[in-house]
Amino acid sequence: MKRNVRLFAVVACILFAFVFMGAEKVKMAAKPKGEPIKAKIGVISIITGAGASYGEAITNGFKLALGEVNAKGDVNIDLKIEDSTGKAEQALSAAQKLINSEQVAAILGPTLSTEMKVVAPEANASGVPIMGTSTTAQGITQIGKFVFRNSMPETQAIPASIGKAVEKYNLKKVALLYGNDDVFTKSGFDTMKEVTEKLKLKILTIEEFQKGQADYKAQLTKIASLKPDAVFCSALYNEGGVILAQARKMGLKVPFVGGNGFNSPKVIEIAKGAAEGLIVATPWFADKNDPKVKAFVAKYEKAYGKKPDQFAAQAYDAFHIMANALKAAGTADRAKLRDALAATKDYQGVLGMFSFDAERDVVMTPNVLIVKGGKFTLFN
Amino acid sequence: MFLEQLINGITLGSIYAIVALGYTLVFGVLDIINMAHGEIFMFGAFVGLLIVSKAGAPLPVAFLGAIVVTAAMGFLLERFALRPLRGRAGASHLASLISTIGVSILLENLAHKLFGAGNHLFETPFAEISFTVGPVTVYLVQVVILLISLLLMAGLALWLSRTRAGKALRATAENLETAGLLGVDTNRMITATVVIASAMGGVAGVLVGMAFNYINNQIGLSMGLKGLAIIIFGGMGSVYGAMAGGLILGLSETFVVAYGSSGYRDAIAFVAIILILLIRPQGLFGQAPAEARR
Repeated sequence: MKRNVRLFAVVACILFAFVFMGAEKVKMAAKPKGEPIKAKIGVISIITGAGASYGEAITNGFKLALGEVNAKGDVNIDLKIEDSTGKAEQALSAAQKLINSEQVAAILGPTLSTEMKVVAPEANASGVPIMGTSTTAQGITQIGKFVFRNSMPETQAIPASIGKAVEKYNLKKVALLYGNDDVFTKSGFDTMKEVTEKLKLKILTIEEFQKGQADYKAQLTKIASLKPDAVFCSALYNEGGVILAQARKMGLKVPFVGGNGFNSPKVIEIAKGAAEGLIVATPWFADKNDPKVKAFVAKYEKAYGKKPDQFAAQAYDAFHIMANALKAAGTADRAKLRDALAATKDYQGVLGMFSFDAERDVVMTPNVLIVKGGKFTLFN
Repeated sequence: MFLEQLINGITLGSIYAIVALGYTLVFGVLDIINMAHGEIFMFGAFVGLLIVSKAGAPLPVAFLGAIVVTAAMGFLLERFALRPLRGRAGASHLASLISTIGVSILLENLAHKLFGAGNHLFETPFAEISFTVGPVTVYLVQVVILLISLLLMAGLALWLSRTRAGKALRATAENLETAGLLGVDTNRMITATVVIASAMGGVAGVLVGMAFNYINNQIGLSMGLKGLAIIIFGGMGSVYGAMAGGLILGLSETFVVAYGSSGYRDAIAFVAIILILLIRPQGLFGQAPAEARR
């Protein structure tokens, strides 16, 4: 019985979506030429709750880009921001509101991959282009042809950092270390292992730890006794910083290649000097010597009083990519916007050169960074 | 590698033991488990961190500061969370357990507000002093931790068995009312017990900061759980049991990682504890409950 009700609701939603899509098309066709293309873009982000700091950075990025785009005058975007509170069901109802009652042309967000996995099928079925700016799990854009993202998955970042470290230090034998009770660090480890095997490096040992563990000396002593050329470590920054501190203290001085979890200034804050020699790959590098990046950082700092992080930068670029697609499509029609979005190629944003591949996933070269002199610097 | 891992295991085990001693002391006297002990320990670590890293004061001052603060917390805990419930008609035996859980939640969140989430580096020059014995590097901190844990154990055992105050305390533990009738100031004895146990938690906190290089507001929980497992394993209320249980757990965790699989670290350590408890339900050093106490 319950299932029938749900099925009915889904069918009804889809039907309504089609009806409204038609309405939108008629409205757009009547638009005179020469005026800016008007469109409503929906945003689903975490505004309240535990992940609110991500949502804040993301919406700040959107708003900064919104000001620039509307000032330029080619398109006029009306941003509709909805709160997901980090919960999948809340994100879904926000999406339904945006799609059906707000009649948005496209959706940016939601913040988490778990939310995206629920929201994307809905948007896809309604024919609304949806672009994730912070969703890095596997299989997101494969949900359907209306689903995009500009956030680089770990499967692209980790091969870049490991590849560069192997090339530079001529690594032959390595040790792997990862947190086995977290989906994020586990999937990072899976990628690390795959890349290590592909590069035919010898894996001396694979060690595991749990979140919030206080003492990593047992694992690190074992690793040190095997004398690896480097350690590949998939951990969140809290554990990662401590691992680095304890490893350096016991004399394990080899390079560390970290997963995405290490990609935070917090690692240096926790580990201090012990962070030297840590290598990570990241799409976003705030100290990059690029006028576009510098301008963005300065503008963001002026508007919000702090440096933009990866989430703000990805949101900022995503909004510009969306606005460019809107301009190319020449209309706020959802299907045409999708086609224009999919055709995005070599967009030069603050993250670097960006294109979508055939599956609407990210094509981008990440920056490989190394900690030197107490901060992240480009690793060449 | 064996010797290094042995030292790692003994260090970890000694820290577990000091935490467990605090639990066992309170349990031995009051027959309640003080769930806030882990959080008091965490506060001791943070006070030590503030004194050493932020104020730049020498290490003995950090120990002193941690002891003063945690002892005060122990006093307040006894005064406001335990005493009002003691001997009240209708108050369940479990009421004080619940009230200490409340205190632990309060303290954890207070630490979050005061010190922030995430790890804080515990930097002290003392933690860098090391010497080499043969092929092995030993840090002075590791030796100090072992010595302090042994000293605390011996001191506690002597205090309980040889001194007048210890005798009064044991009398209080045996029977609150009778001890009171015989002229023991039971309220004072209980307060002293909780204060001493808390101060030991403070010492353990500073030691953990030095040994592991970092602290956060969650270590009370993880260390507290280990401490609880150890006193059940070692025998409730037994001082030697807490020491032996702590060392066994620390060593087994370390060696599971060294020669087995690090993914099963906690699993194997706790399966071992369960097996031992199946054979000796009263714990390693615990006495089978006397019929008279039932």
